[in-house]
Amino acid sequence: MKFGIVVFPGSNCDQDCFYVIKDVLGKPVKYIWHKDTDLAGLDCVILPGGFSYGDYLRTGAIARFSPVLKSIVKFSGKGGTVIGICNGFQILLEAGLLPGVMLKNRDLHFICSYVYIKTENNDTRFTGLYNPGQILKIPIAHNEGNYYIDAAGLKELRDNNQIVFRYCSDAGEVNDKFNPNGALDNIAGIINRKRNVLGMMPHPERSAEKELGSKDGYFIFKSVIKYVEKTRT
Amino acid sequence: MIAEIYISLKRTVSDPQGLTVKHALESLGYKELGDVRIGRLIVINLNLKDKKTAQERVDQMCKKLLANPIIEDYHFKIGENK
Repeated sequence: MKFGIVVFPGSNCDQDCFYVIKDVLGKPVKYIWHKDTDLAGLDCVILPGGFSYGDYLRTGAIARFSPVLKSIVKFSGKGGTVIGICNGFQILLEAGLLPGVMLKNRDLHFICSYVYIKTENNDTRFTGLYNPGQILKIPIAHNEGNYYIDAAGLKELRDNNQIVFRYCSDAGEVNDKFNPNGALDNIAGIINRKRNVLGMMPHPERSAEKELGSKDGYFIFKSVIKYVEKTRT
Repeated sequence: MIAEIYISLKRTVSDPQGLTVKHALESLGYKELGDVRIGRLIVINLNLKDKKTAQERVDQMCKKLLANPIIEDYHFKIGENK
């Protein structure tokens, strides 16, 4: 079970992800420079948070044309596991690996704070270790997390159980009061139809150890490891 | 040739920046405002002589990179370099 973490100019959560995989989970991991295209031997590719290409034009718009993305499209096409966190999620949207788009936060502020999200679908390789409806405490840190998709797209997401996480209260109430950024339907994370690509705005790598205030994000990585190791044997 | 490309959010997409600016203008006493929308202007100098080619190339650029068709509309003007 080996992880790869993509590094773009402007990525800034790559080292946090690397640390969590290597030191907290004890799994092999390597960095992938965005100009590299070789993903051989990897089971899971992570697109980390940050400000790839300075967020110029639109978040993720330029990173989406990096050479590594072509390889990631092929990798995911063959069923490889891909996680996009924050800016990584924005890149997956621009690349068309996930549907929809990110707008500026409703209040036009950069938001950096703990939020609660509800596990809407635990029948995925990313969330298998959570209970149905489990509430997670995970931080967000973004300026463009206001998820948007047209009505037909939203219906499709719902019909196919692609909405994985929604912003909620600590008691699990999902409504506008507990929507930090204006995201449509409180959406915080989605998967693709094939269920091997996850995009989420909250940062699981920042909530993978009790010492940092929450270990709730740890189980996303742990779920993936369990899934990959089980499908191998 | 020179291309001036205007990109703005589609009418159906809410524009919190535009709304904030509208409120600010209204607080300055400008009560005659309808919607305020904010977009971006991209100016590109093109090493091309033929206007039709320029239009095709710029249209491709908009579709591929400069605008996100899910939420944005674009239009452009092609003119001679001054």
